[in-house]
Amino acid sequence: MTTPHEAVIGSTGLDHRKMGVWAFLGSECMFFGSLIATYLVYKGRSLSGPTPHEILNIPLTSISTFVLLMSSLLMVLALAAVQRGDALGARLWLFGTPFFGMIFLGFQVYEFATFVREGLTLQVNLFGASFFVLTGFHGAHVSVGVVWLLTLWTLALRNRLTRADALIVEIAGLYWHFVDIVWIVIFTLVYLIQ
Amino acid sequence: MTQHPPVRTYLLVAAVLAVITAVEVSLFYVTVMARFLAPLLIVLSAAKFSLVVMFFMHLRSDHRAFTGLFVGPLAIAIAIILALMALFGAFVVARP
Repeated sequence: MTTPHEAVIGSTGLDHRKMGVWAFLGSECMFFGSLIATYLVYKGRSLSGPTPHEILNIPLTSISTFVLLMSSLLMVLALAAVQRGDALGARLWLFGTPFFGMIFLGFQVYEFATFVREGLTLQVNLFGASFFVLTGFHGAHVSVGVVWLLTLWTLALRNRLTRADALIVEIAGLYWHFVDIVWIVIFTLVYLIQ
Repeated sequence: MTQHPPVRTYLLVAAVLAVITAVEVSLFYVTVMARFLAPLLIVLSAAKFSLVVMFFMHLRSDHRAFTGLFVGPLAIAIAIILALMALFGAFVVARP
């Protein structure tokens, strides 16, 4: 039986866990690809409002996009801290990353609540249905990442995250960066290209 | 273990990402650019995507098998998006 931080190397010479995460992220590409395709196909086909042009708040979403991008920076800083055995840095950045993620989620909750108040719901038109499903699934992924990173932060607080555990932080980071790149695409295709 | 970039590189990449985002948002408000907005924004978005994948996700320095595991499905996803858009007539230009 292997300990949690022991490398699991297969015949490829690569760690199985990292291979698994990359394969998972590949499948996630297709998952989000289908949601983005649905959004783009339905774009401009709504028979009633509100339309994207009337309701999307670009300044607000630009700020939340910036916050999520910077959370990716904090994530790599956390990984670098764990790799060099900097316990204080690891604790700081492993808290900062999910904290920024929670700020992003706060923006999303505010945006959703505002849209519903202004009459855009899942049922009202094709834009509402495809928009809420796409951005909602992304938000769910961010939530999972926040819980995952807070778990790592708890381990760091208990001094149970050493240099030998760098790979589990790297794997969490891969997931977090993936969530970030999905948002990069959504921000451009949904918000900026209306 | 793969050699990861120094912290200075991460900070530089983050600064470039922030600048590209600022340019994207600025372009959105420049009405004279409306005709070229979509292709420009897609190029800038692809640049940000590539920077995160290469430097933050370390695909630039990591084993090529990981690149294959990610880029293969990504290509399929892009093909699905384009195929569905073509099937539903998203690329058809209405004649006056």
